[in-house]
Amino acid sequence: MALPAYATTGQRIGYYSFLTYCALVFFFLIAPIFIILPLSFSASPFFEFTREFMNFEPEAWSLRWYRQMVGISSIGDTTVVSNKWMLGTRNSFFIGIIATLLATALGTVAALGLSRPHMPFKAVLMAILISPMIVPLIITAAGMFFFYSKIGLTHTYLGLILAHTALGTPFVVITVTATLTGFDTNLIRASQSLGADTMRTFFKVIMPLILPGVISGGLFAFITSFDEVVIVMFVGSVEQITIPKQMWAGLRQETSPVILCMATCLVALSIALLTTVEMLRRRSERLRGIKQR
Amino acid sequence: MSQTQSSTGPILTTDGIPLKVSLKKAERINKIRAFLLVSPLLIFILVTFLVPIGDMLARSIDDRQINTVFPKTFEVYKKWDRKGLPSEEVYKTMFFELKNSEGYSVGKASTRMNYSKSGWKSLLKKSKRKFKKIEEGPYKEQMIAIDKKWADPEYWLALGQMVDPTTMGYYLNAVDLKYDSSKNIVQQKENRRIYNKTWIKTFKVSILVTLFCLLLGYPISYLLATLPMKYSNLLMICVLLPFWTSLLVRTVAWMVMLQQKGVLNNLLVMSNLIADENRFQLMYNQTAVVIVMTQILLPFMVLPLYSVMKTISPTYMRAALNLGASPMHAFYKIYMPNSVPGVSAGCLLVFIIAIGYYITPELVGGKDGQMVGNWIAYHLKTTLNWGLCAALGAILLAMMTVLYWAYNKIVGIENIKLG
Repeated sequence: MALPAYATTGQRIGYYSFLTYCALVFFFLIAPIFIILPLSFSASPFFEFTREFMNFEPEAWSLRWYRQMVGISSIGDTTVVSNKWMLGTRNSFFIGIIATLLATALGTVAALGLSRPHMPFKAVLMAILISPMIVPLIITAAGMFFFYSKIGLTHTYLGLILAHTALGTPFVVITVTATLTGFDTNLIRASQSLGADTMRTFFKVIMPLILPGVISGGLFAFITSFDEVVIVMFVGSVEQITIPKQMWAGLRQETSPVILCMATCLVALSIALLTTVEMLRRRSERLRGIKQR
Repeated sequence: MSQTQSSTGPILTTDGIPLKVSLKKAERINKIRAFLLVSPLLIFILVTFLVPIGDMLARSIDDRQINTVFPKTFEVYKKWDRKGLPSEEVYKTMFFELKNSEGYSVGKASTRMNYSKSGWKSLLKKSKRKFKKIEEGPYKEQMIAIDKKWADPEYWLALGQMVDPTTMGYYLNAVDLKYDSSKNIVQQKENRRIYNKTWIKTFKVSILVTLFCLLLGYPISYLLATLPMKYSNLLMICVLLPFWTSLLVRTVAWMVMLQQKGVLNNLLVMSNLIADENRFQLMYNQTAVVIVMTQILLPFMVLPLYSVMKTISPTYMRAALNLGASPMHAFYKIYMPNSVPGVSAGCLLVFIIAIGYYITPELVGGKDGQMVGNWIAYHLKTTLNWGLCAALGAILLAMMTVLYWAYNKIVGIENIKLG
């Protein structure tokens, strides 16, 4: 959308002010995320840019908060102190990975069913299956807290995993159904007529084609679980620390810059996941593009 | 054709079954197969998600805490004409039920009784301790001797609200109403009216956030949709990265930006726009909530807008310009109406998410920025008034359901775009 050569001065001014406005909006979107990266290397115990820090004085820059994050208390002292951040990281990955696997399996199978032309009550079922994504987390947390405490699931890892699985499945259902639109069902018939049974058809024909959608759905489910704090707070016990819970506690009680270090790591993680999903999406579009020809 | 069919009967398959029947059977099998594929997830969501939500809804009208602790008292209480003081019989059953009850259940019941009339909790606690010394009747006088409150009909009348096993009381509380002692609906006392204000504030913040998201999101979606692919893909990262970044990380980032010694204030001080001692109070108020939520929810506006704008053919605009419309006029008459589905999708999505927000208002909102979600959390964790917590949640959920239904009608839930 470039300006034509015959554009008047007024149109030029309009066009460039539009571009400036857009640039400002993009800046508004991105700047807050990147502002924390340099700050995590500051030696100051507060969230602020000190003058020394801005002048690049070496003593104002340090890795001390990163050291504290991984559990080494000071330079030279390599003994690992009891560390909530590393415990949180372990728990987050543990809960996240199991919940992701469950959500991906359940979601993919359901998406296969939903995409069949014969599916009865498709709209209603879809609305129900997507609802965990739409209902506010605090309501979900309240409901789960009431019900899970009745059946003894509060303060257990099982409870948290089940809750996070429920939250993650909508993403898998959405992405896999999206990959399945325009799926050529003749491929399944071809495979079956050549003598493959249902399982073989699924793993050899369907799975490779929908894999990009499955993986990006899984990644969405993972980041949802990894980022979730409300349910962990209400359904989990005090000892069940995850990264976001520890960040939350850090923000409410002691505002230690370790939070910024962990935030930087999380930004790096989200960049990695985003890149993966984008690549998968393009791959999927390419695959389906070939098929349409 | 019909002639031959009627003479030879319906078309048969090779098995000798009519084709219609056979086809129906095959279709039914297909339907069942499709449903079987969905059923594991359906059952899972039902058990781990929908039943808990239902449990919460049940709790919002449940009023049995007391009926299970003082069942006999309520039996005789129902016979009382609500004039003057109850009879000796009511006092007597109350005496025995309180004396023989467990401390834990009395605690729960008295908490509920305190919601109807404050003072019940301390009265029961004190009485239960002293009842041990009373051996025989008449009980009425002895109970009144322990505490004058037993002679106050107000307390007895307050119990009338709890006779039924269900109550609408929590819903009334959630909109600043209550039952008076004769079960009429009245307004809460002036200083206890907090929820209507909170509802209005929640709507105000959500509408403002939606509006700002639209104002910021529409131009950049337009830019993204009209730029050549290689540039727009790059810029799209700017939208998707916040979308993928942890909500808490983004809130932390904003705390770094907005606090008293934060980036924005520092910039203003450094550029000598304000003096060091009167830095702006940018955090812990409603404005901060609106700013931060706008940034957090902007991707949810841009993604649906972008996907709709991408489908608007550029030839429409060219045709309008060709026919002599000025660019602004063409944009207003041609492009905007075509982008309306995206606008409604984006606005509904942002509003739906904003209305139930909890984390951001809690962290940057201060006292002024608390929304309904924060009150739900407060009653869930701090006051343990779970009935009220559930009622607030149920009202919020009802609003969400209406919006969700509208979204489904307008956009179709399966069209949600995730990047």
